[in-house]
Amino acid sequence: MIKFTNVFKAFPKGGLALKDVSFHVAKGEFAFLTGHSGAGKSTVMKLIYAEERPTSGDVRVSGYDVNEMRPRDVPLLRRKLGIVFQDFRLLEDRTAEENVAFALEVTGARSSTIAARVMRVLTQVGLAAKAQAYPRELSGGEQQRVAIARALVNEPTVLLADEPTGNLDERATRGVFQLLRDINASGTAVVMATHDLDLVRQAPYRVIELQEGALVYDSAVDEARDQAAAP
Amino acid sequence: MNLTFREAMLTFKRAPLLSVLSVTTIAFSLFVLGLFGLVVINLQDALHGVEERVEVVAYLLPGAPIEATAQALKDIEAFPEVQSATYVSEDDALARARAELVELRDVMQELERNPLPASVEVKLKPGFRDTDHVAAVAERLRGFGFVDDVRFGRDWVEKLDRLRGLAAAVGIVVGAAFAVVAIIIIGTTIRMAVLQRSREIAIMRLVGATDGFIRRPFLLQGAIKGLLGGMVAIGLSFAAYLLINRYLLQSAFFNQEQAAAIVAFGALIGLVGSAMSVGRHLKRV
Repeated sequence: MIKFTNVFKAFPKGGLALKDVSFHVAKGEFAFLTGHSGAGKSTVMKLIYAEERPTSGDVRVSGYDVNEMRPRDVPLLRRKLGIVFQDFRLLEDRTAEENVAFALEVTGARSSTIAARVMRVLTQVGLAAKAQAYPRELSGGEQQRVAIARALVNEPTVLLADEPTGNLDERATRGVFQLLRDINASGTAVVMATHDLDLVRQAPYRVIELQEGALVYDSAVDEARDQAAAP
Repeated sequence: MNLTFREAMLTFKRAPLLSVLSVTTIAFSLFVLGLFGLVVINLQDALHGVEERVEVVAYLLPGAPIEATAQALKDIEAFPEVQSATYVSEDDALARARAELVELRDVMQELERNPLPASVEVKLKPGFRDTDHVAAVAERLRGFGFVDDVRFGRDWVEKLDRLRGLAAAVGIVVGAAFAVVAIIIIGTTIRMAVLQRSREIAIMRLVGATDGFIRRPFLLQGAIKGLLGGMVAIGLSFAAYLLINRYLLQSAFFNQEQAAAIVAFGALIGLVGSAMSVGRHLKRV
C-alpha cells in the first residue's frame, strides 16, 4: 500500500529532511507518524501524496512509483488518497456540502450521484444537519469533520491525516480521533502524523517515530523482534 | 463544460470588485488602443483623399485626330493601373481655366486664340498611386504619337509616397507599443485574479483535480473579461468619436468588422493572458 525504501529527501535550502527512511504500511492498517516539529513528518506525507519526490530511494503508493510517475498521473494517485490537514483547507465561500461535492466534481463523477454520495459521508462524520453551513459558521472540530468527509467521499484506500487535531480542543480532538478509528475499522488504512503523545498512547496502533529526518522507532519492527526473541 | 462555466461565473460573484477592476483595466487599455486606431483610420481616410488626386495628364499636340484620340482613350482605360481616362478638349480646358482662375478672368476674356492644349486626364486605381506606377503609366502615355507632354507632379507623388510610408511605420510601431502595454496590463490583472485564488488552486490539486480542470474556468473567465472589456472599449471609443465630431472635426468610426476585431482581440488577450498566468502558477506550485 505505502512502501518507503531507503528514502532520502534533501531540500535545496533546508538540508536533509529525510535520512534513509524505510517502512511499509499495509492495507487497512492504522499508523501514527510521530516526532517533534521539523522531524520530517510532513515531508513523509508530501512524498506519499506526490507533492515532493524523493532525492533517492523508493516511494511506492497504491501501485504508483512516486519517483517515476508522470505529472499527469499525480491527480489519479491523489484520488485514491484522502488527505486531511491541521488547517482544514476548506473553501471558505462554499458550504460544507459544496466543499465535499467539489472533491467529487473534480474527478468527473456523474452529477446525478454526487448529492447522495455527499450526504452519505456527511452523515458518516455526523454533520448531515450542517450541510448548508459555511466553514466560518462551524467550530474547528466540525470543520475538520467536513475535511474528513471530503477526504472520504472518493472512497480512498488510504487516509492521510497531517496533525488533524493540532488546532482542536480536547473534546473535538477525541471526536475526530474516534472518527478516524471508525474509518479505519471499516477497512481504510490511516496514516496520522501527530505529536500528541496522549493520543498515541490511547490506542494500540503502530507508531513510527522520526527524529531529525531519521526513523528511530517503529513499533511493528520492535514487536516482530520481540516475538522472534521470545522463547 | 457546465462545471467550467459555473466555476468561471462563481469568480465574478465571489470577487466582484476584482472582476470589475479587470474588465475596466482591459476596457481602458483597449480604449487607448482604439483611440489610436481611430487616429489611424482617419489618417488613412485623409491620405486616401489626397491620393485620389493623383493623376497623370497627357497634353496633346494641336490638331490631334479625334478618332485616334478616342481609340487611344479606350486603350489607356484598358491599362491595368488605370481607373479612368477623360478627354479634355481645348474649349473645355479654357472654360475650366476661366472658372477656376477668377483673377485672370479679364485676361482670358481678351484672348483671341485659345492657348490651352487638349489633354487626357488619367486617374489611377488605388494601390497604383505611387511614384513607380505613376511614372510607368506616364512613360507609356508618351509613346502615343499625338502626345506632346506628360505631367504628373513627380515631387508631389514622391512626397505622398514618403508620407504613406511614414504613416504606416508610425502606425505599426505605436500600435504595437500600445498593444504590448495593453497585453502587459491585462496580463497583470489576470495574474492578480489567479493569485487571489491560489489557495483554492492548491486545494483543488490536493483533491485530485487535473491541471486542465483547474485551467479551464480561468481561461473562460479571462476570455469573458476580455470580451466585456472589448465591448466597453468600443463604447468608450464611440463616445469619444461623438464628442470629437461635435466639437472638433468630422471623423470616421470603425466599421463593424473593425469593431468586432477589437472585441475579439480583447477576448484573445484575456484568454492568452489567463493561459500564461495559470500555466506559470501551476508550474510553480
